Amino acid sequence: MTGFTPEIAILVIPLVAAAVLAVIPGYRAGALLNVLACAATLLTAVSLFFIERSPPGTYFLVDDLNVVFIVLTTFVAFTTSIFSASYIGHELETGRLTPAYLRFYHAMYQLLMFGMNLSLTANNIGLMWVAIELATLTTVLMVGIYRTHEALEAAWKYFILGSVGIALALFGTILVYMAALPVIGEGIDAMVWTTLISRAAGFEPALLELAFVFLLLGYGTKAGLVPLHAWLPDAHAEGPTPISAVLSGLLLNVALYAVLRFKLLLAANPGTFAAGPLMAVLGLASLSFASFMLYRRRDIKRMFAYSSIEHMGIITFAFGMGGPLANFAGLLHMVMHSLTKSGIFFAVGHIAQAKGTQKIADIRGLTESHPLLGWGLVLGVVAIAGLPPLGIFMSEFLVVSSTFARQPLLAIPLVAGLLIGFGALVLRLQGLAFGAPSGASAPVKASYVPMFIHFALVLVAGLFLPRPLVEWFEHIARLLG
Amino acid sequence: MTELSFDIAHLLAGGLVLVSFLLLYQDRIYALLNVYAAHAAVLAASVAWQAYVQDAPHLFITAAIALVFKAIVVPTALHRIVARLGIHRQIETVGGVGPTMLAGMALVALSLVVMLKVTGDADPLAREDLAFALSVVLLGLLMMVTRRNAVGQVVGFMSMENGLVLAATGAKGMPLVVEISVAFSILIAFIVIGIFLFRIRERFDTVDVAALDRFRGERQ
Repeated sequence: MTGFTPEIAILVIPLVAAAVLAVIPGYRAGALLNVLACAATLLTAVSLFFIERSPPGTYFLVDDLNVVFIVLTTFVAFTTSIFSASYIGHELETGRLTPAYLRFYHAMYQLLMFGMNLSLTANNIGLMWVAIELATLTTVLMVGIYRTHEALEAAWKYFILGSVGIALALFGTILVYMAALPVIGEGIDAMVWTTLISRAAGFEPALLELAFVFLLLGYGTKAGLVPLHAWLPDAHAEGPTPISAVLSGLLLNVALYAVLRFKLLLAANPGTFAAGPLMAVLGLASLSFASFMLYRRRDIKRMFAYSSIEHMGIITFAFGMGGPLANFAGLLHMVMHSLTKSGIFFAVGHIAQAKGTQKIADIRGLTESHPLLGWGLVLGVVAIAGLPPLGIFMSEFLVVSSTFARQPLLAIPLVAGLLIGFGALVLRLQGLAFGAPSGASAPVKASYVPMFIHFALVLVAGLFLPRPLVEWFEHIARLLG
Repeated sequence: MTELSFDIAHLLAGGLVLVSFLLLYQDRIYALLNVYAAHAAVLAASVAWQAYVQDAPHLFITAAIALVFKAIVVPTALHRIVARLGIHRQIETVGGVGPTMLAGMALVALSLVVMLKVTGDADPLAREDLAFALSVVLLGLLMMVTRRNAVGQVVGFMSMENGLVLAATGAKGMPLVVEISVAFSILIAFIVIGIFLFRIRERFDTVDVAALDRFRGERQ
């Protein structure tokens, strides 16, 4: 290890911040420090683009693939921390959270950042597993933070299903090690991803296939893929809204990133089956299931949680299809979804505070009662539903067109799922945003900046993608095979 | 590896599968906890034997964790929690004992067929260990599915985790085994503390997970 590299810094900053936040009293200082720590992590992460990278070590790796994930994660974490600062002030006033809980909340927030950054930079499949477990545990604790019946039930369900998921993933990890054992030999080298991928051609194919099935199911649980998605709507609906934004926007991506790494490993071995069809089927199942489930939602956060399942399905499907175009579309969709969905949750968080409820039936006419929030929500839902000219339209269009070109039959359920989900969102949006306002309506001290930054980025991406970014994504898409 | 040391490793790993079956049909919480303690003790013996055979002293730490933490501390703590919450009645299971046992046997057969087939040229001890470990994992999953009671599900999860530790120690020279077993112990501690602190009994008046469903935001 030579000196203080950025990839170490993005781990150390959140860890130190977590320790400090656990002890300092006062929520204003805590919130401010939280924002500052996230900003510092973001700046360090961005520097990964520019400075020369250190060669992959036994534990850490920064390559073209994970830089995108790291920058996206730290960026959304930063904007969410700004949103969180105004959100929790209100929660403190209404007494839903106490100062002691807030201290805990901030420390957990930074610990979650540490877990996610660690799993993204890990070059060791065992370390990656431990990091994802850590990220899961911290979110479980935050989901249950309100201590209501619903919150505890949601945390419990998330805990049990998440534990099953990481247990399956660990078994898959052990199998990968077993596959590597005859070729690489005993010891830590047989768990280092860069070593694994360079020697993967010599592994026993059947063992690697079995390992991938376990890893896909295990990390797929964490990514909210059907059939192990049941924790996701509850966890999103009952936890604090900043956590819903981070869960949807980031943690699901991290789990998907782990699956992608192992997919590459499988692709490096000529004897194995292609991992793609398996992922495509799971993705399509998630998409179809979630788009139908969108119709009967009564809780606004729960509805957008199902929308997250839908979009994770689309992304998994795109990566499953493979090939430069579909991978490009999958990457783009992942970035767009993270930005849009966390932006929507920023809006929803303030809306739920203003209205004092999360029930869709009690929220009416937002564009009249809270114009900025209302139109923000309209913009977000229009984006997430996939209408032009926003970014998600473009990535969905790419997914659909690449599917039509290669597997026209698969495009039928894909398009059907997209349209069904679109219908549900537009239907609900009309009631939420337009008509006469109803129910309680408190003025809200919202910070609109993070929300509109996200939507502006999505809009700009839909109209014009800068050339370097496109080249960068094309390069990664080729890497993904 | 001598014939005898192989046989002993085989015996201990097979014993773990057997105890998993015993767990499947326990219908009283105290009995369930006692059998789980036995499960963890067998695991500790198995891991200790692997540590001795593979000449890997760090695995003795994992064995010690299994013995002290999983076989003694956790069952004792759960005993006290169950007593305090007053739920030492019968556990409802979904489906009868017969079908559950049959499903369990099918899962063991499946894991043996799958694992022995795909690990053709691996070390024989590791092969059999992995096959047994997968059986224990699947039986643990089955238990989590068939129990509707939170404590029963947790015991199912913990037995599944024992299977994972068996797999990890069976994989020769696997790094991070100790770290992973510590990470899992923390997870389990969280679960046990969770049952206690979240006071599922007090808040929901039952640890029956089916009843928790009533509180979902969407049912009215």
